Amino acid sequence: MRGFLTLFFKEVLRFWKVSLQTVLAPLISTLLYLLVFSHVMADHAEVYPGVSYAAFLVPGLAMMSMLQNAFANSSSSLVQSKVTGNLVFVLLTPLSHWEFYWAYVLAAVVRGVLVGSVVVLTVWFFFPIPGREPLWIVVFALLATILSGSLGVLAGIWAEKFDQMAAWQNFIVLPLTFLSGAFYSIHSLPPFWHTLSRFNPFFYVIDGFRYGFLGNSDVTPWQSLLIVGSACLALSWTTLALLRSGWRLRT
Amino acid sequence: MTAAIEIRGADKRFGTVHALKSVDLTVEAGDFFALLGPNGAGKTTLINLLAGLSVADAGTLKVMGFDVGRDYQQARRNLGVVPQELVFDPFFTVRETLEIQSGYFGLKHNDDWIDDILDNLQLADKAHANMRTLSGGMKRRVLIAQALVHRPPVIVLDEPTAGVDVELRQSLWKFIQRLNREGHTILLTTHYLEEAESLCRRVAILKQGQVVALDTTQHLLQSRALGSLEDVFVAIMQDSELKVGA
Repeated sequence: MRGFLTLFFKEVLRFWKVSLQTVLAPLISTLLYLLVFSHVMADHAEVYPGVSYAAFLVPGLAMMSMLQNAFANSSSSLVQSKVTGNLVFVLLTPLSHWEFYWAYVLAAVVRGVLVGSVVVLTVWFFFPIPGREPLWIVVFALLATILSGSLGVLAGIWAEKFDQMAAWQNFIVLPLTFLSGAFYSIHSLPPFWHTLSRFNPFFYVIDGFRYGFLGNSDVTPWQSLLIVGSACLALSWTTLALLRSGWRLRT
Repeated sequence: MTAAIEIRGADKRFGTVHALKSVDLTVEAGDFFALLGPNGAGKTTLINLLAGLSVADAGTLKVMGFDVGRDYQQARRNLGVVPQELVFDPFFTVRETLEIQSGYFGLKHNDDWIDDILDNLQLADKAHANMRTLSGGMKRRVLIAQALVHRPPVIVLDEPTAGVDVELRQSLWKFIQRLNREGHTILLTTHYLEEAESLCRRVAILKQGQVVALDTTQHLLQSRALGSLEDVFVAIMQDSELKVGA
């Protein structure tokens, strides 16, 4: 247990030591998104009756930030350690594949939730939004960051170079987060994109998280919970199996 | 008595390269053992198999009686490895690095031993320096400290003195000899054969993935009637080339 806690705290300490880059920078970029989009879209029709576009946007932007930062935490730490060679210090220890996996994922959860909390609290001063179902907010914040942190571990195991990691970031994580209903309701999309969005687990994460704040969503939170929970289990199982086999870590 | 290291039929291929060819090797507990060989002989591959950084295609490897695959946690608790590459984590100070490494092995109150290692490796005044700011020789010392932090009974040093100044080499060997006297088993690879000759009781020489010589240092020197281990090494390399040629 102590080995696991040490790796977890080390991973938290790692991002905290560069918090300007890992916490403050995402806050600034999210505030800029909010400023620009809420201003441009202010006169458009309400997405949900009685809910301003800014109030609709805040949970989506906060969740997008959480997803991206949770992914970045586990993936960048692993790929940096692989490229510089210092992952050997972890691989030489008696840590099990379970401890390895959960230490990286939970550190990603801490960073994701921290960034999300800072975004929501900061934005609240400018756009006070309700928090109608706090339990759903917590549930989807945790599941989202576990999902994204796991994806980061998977990417970190697979990638051997920084450009391979950039490919994951640009070709998988960014499209999944942008095409997830963070900025719009998927009901406003043409049929093809609407159907495609239904296969994106990040859509359910954002929809369920938004339900927690507004009490409105495109699908029921229970449906989102089922899909996001299943995605978390499938991804965790796959990543743990790969870690156990030593794939791309132990030659 | 359980051997510190027991290797039976260890075989490893990387694609078309046959890095280790059914290697058998036993290192007794308390021994100071040299694993020698030219570049590419398979020394680091063998160490990586022992450390669990690579997985053998065939054969069994045990550390203090624990199989490196089946009982990997026990095997790794009993093993400290100083890797050949100069690697470090740029986010942390020397002391943080050692405390973290200690924690990975489940150790909580390890400050006295960490202080002892820092003193013996002349790192005490750099304890709070970030790893990025250290010279190459200093980083090498931290690597050695990391391998020792959990007091492993078996210590593997893969070319620990490469790029290290004379003063540190002397203090390092003094410290390693002390650990050996206290009962730690030492497995050393080095290209400085005079170091191996003066320190090691037994020697194995690898060539192209095979053990071509295995004996006590004294017996190797006597049997060849040559003046130094370096001369013996050269002679064995030439002999094995003739055998391969025949």
